[in-house]
Amino acid sequence: MPEELLATFEVRRLGVLDETGEVDQALMPTLSDAEIWRMYELMVLARSFDERAVALQREGRLGTYPPIRGQEAAQVGSAFALSGTDWIFPSFREMGVHLTLGYPIPQLLQYWTGDERAQKVPPHLNIFPFCVAVGSQIPHAVGAALAVRYRRDPVAVVTYFGDGATSKGDFHEALNMAGVFNLPVLFICQNNQWAISVPLKNQTASESLAQKAIAYGFEGVQVDGNDVFAVYRATRQALDKARSGAGPTFIECLTYRMADHTTADDAGRYRSEQEVATWRDRDPILRLERFLAARDAWSVEKGNEAKARATEVIDAAVREMESMAPPAAAEMFDDTQATLNPRQAEQRKGR
Amino acid sequence: MAQLNMVQAINQALGDEMARDDRVLLLGEDVGRDGGVFRVTEGLLERFGSERVLDTPLSESAIMGAAIGMAAYGLRPVPEIQFLGFTYSAFEQLFAHAARLRSRSRGRYSCPLVVRTPYGGGIKAPELHEESTEAIYCHIPGLKVVVPSGPYSAKGLLLAALRDPDPVLFLEPTRLYRLLREEVPEGDYVLELGRARVARPGAAVTVIAWGSMLERVLKSVEKYDAEVLDLLTLNPFDVATVVASVKRTGRAVIVQEAAKTCGFGAEIAATLAEEAMLYLRAPILRVTAPDVPVPLAKLIDQYLPTPEQIRAALDEVLQY
Repeated sequence: MPEELLATFEVRRLGVLDETGEVDQALMPTLSDAEIWRMYELMVLARSFDERAVALQREGRLGTYPPIRGQEAAQVGSAFALSGTDWIFPSFREMGVHLTLGYPIPQLLQYWTGDERAQKVPPHLNIFPFCVAVGSQIPHAVGAALAVRYRRDPVAVVTYFGDGATSKGDFHEALNMAGVFNLPVLFICQNNQWAISVPLKNQTASESLAQKAIAYGFEGVQVDGNDVFAVYRATRQALDKARSGAGPTFIECLTYRMADHTTADDAGRYRSEQEVATWRDRDPILRLERFLAARDAWSVEKGNEAKARATEVIDAAVREMESMAPPAAAEMFDDTQATLNPRQAEQRKGR
Repeated sequence: MAQLNMVQAINQALGDEMARDDRVLLLGEDVGRDGGVFRVTEGLLERFGSERVLDTPLSESAIMGAAIGMAAYGLRPVPEIQFLGFTYSAFEQLFAHAARLRSRSRGRYSCPLVVRTPYGGGIKAPELHEESTEAIYCHIPGLKVVVPSGPYSAKGLLLAALRDPDPVLFLEPTRLYRLLREEVPEGDYVLELGRARVARPGAAVTVIAWGSMLERVLKSVEKYDAEVLDLLTLNPFDVATVVASVKRTGRAVIVQEAAKTCGFGAEIAATLAEEAMLYLRAPILRVTAPDVPVPLAKLIDQYLPTPEQIRAALDEVLQY
């Protein structure tokens, strides 16, 4: 019996909008001018939120915070394709997703002050609480997708995570199970190329993260994560596929963490300013501005107006967040269980 | 009323509840076509179909994690982990998510699932198949830990667990699966979680046990005026019943299958020290396994607490 070729694989990379602001018309997703402007506004809002959060942390008004700077296209572009009934299982660095889906901004800030009440997701959204234990939320999405299919509900399930999570067992167990059951779930990886101080090349020996899906029997695609149109297009396609019963998709958004891992980190200890500068030129907002400017839809004034409106929204949110009364000590017992047991009830007294 | 063993009683509870509530579904390794490695889920795939009895990949963390996602979505999944020793790879999912989801989401989401897993020694099985590490799971606020001691309690407790709004770890004493037969009502009945049972009344000493050790304790104390308490739920455990009994007898012996240090017996002893110290006429004694990893079959009988050790502890507190 001779050796035979058992299988061959291809990994595709999708880009629509290049760094000069030019788009590939054949790949450009269907979006109205108003929708594109809305994407721009959301990316500006996400940037403003992020800058303010970092500033508030430096002033001692917020706890440790993980910046999203540089990842606005990956977050806004993917979330823009979602609907309110879809189930989202985030990690902790996707505030642009929350903002796009309409999560109350004061509440989003409140979480990063260390107030658990902020995790009470509003009833109109199906977002899971932030997940700090890296990658451990990924199997939850698989379970929700099993439930969606059992209930025949017309919804998709999306989970977000970073490049570091692809080294975790839960990532592999979850993708494997999603493949076996052919589930309506999207795995969206924001590959920002740094897991605190560990660069991508020390995280995996694979050519791409997208190709990891191949081992689990479904499609993985790498998209330019700083290209909001490419991210939107890939997400849209994967959602249609999920909703039609054609199974899971892994989308690797290749982007870059422009800031420190968190406000408690100093990325200058482990990466070069030159590398950061290279990625600064690939800023996702700058790229969309170039696209819009070529169509007379953007100018410095218009950009400043958008930023000013975002600043107003954030200002109001900060005021509201800071006017919230702190939680009472007894609240730590609330919702621990449906009913407190006798010992918990005793411990709650006098707090 | 039928005489059932524990395997049959649990199977009946699962089948009845699945028929009653379409939110209940099973997932795990070999739970479908094979009916589970102990045949506890036998016949349920045929009865309810592959959408409600899911044979999963060999993937404990994903089984547990997927069950959490299902529960949050509104189902009532029953993940089976083949042996307690295999729950360790799903521990993060239980600790960091199942037990905390209600709290972390401030009540927006909840996690009503029942993790079923066989536990305990004495079945001549390979490494990690005979663990009794229940105390680890009792240290997780938000997770209930339930341990039946026979067919009757297994059915009533499982039905209660399946209807509980929060996650429950349901430990099935492997050694007793087919050892005991009891009268088990065919119809619906629940045993409230958090309630201990007086398995045998007595006045001279209180013996506290649960799960696999209960049968051994009852056989060991036949010639003693011992009150035997069957905890049934470890977290939350029935402090009131335990304290009241010890206040009455003035003596307490705790029998646990697990290693001594930081076992669940330590929690009971500490509680008795806090709440019944002045009623005690002898030190609280624990009869436990030694602080070594669970040995393989050749030494398991020398590892598990023996009737002789149980009686020696009773003699010691009674003659103190």
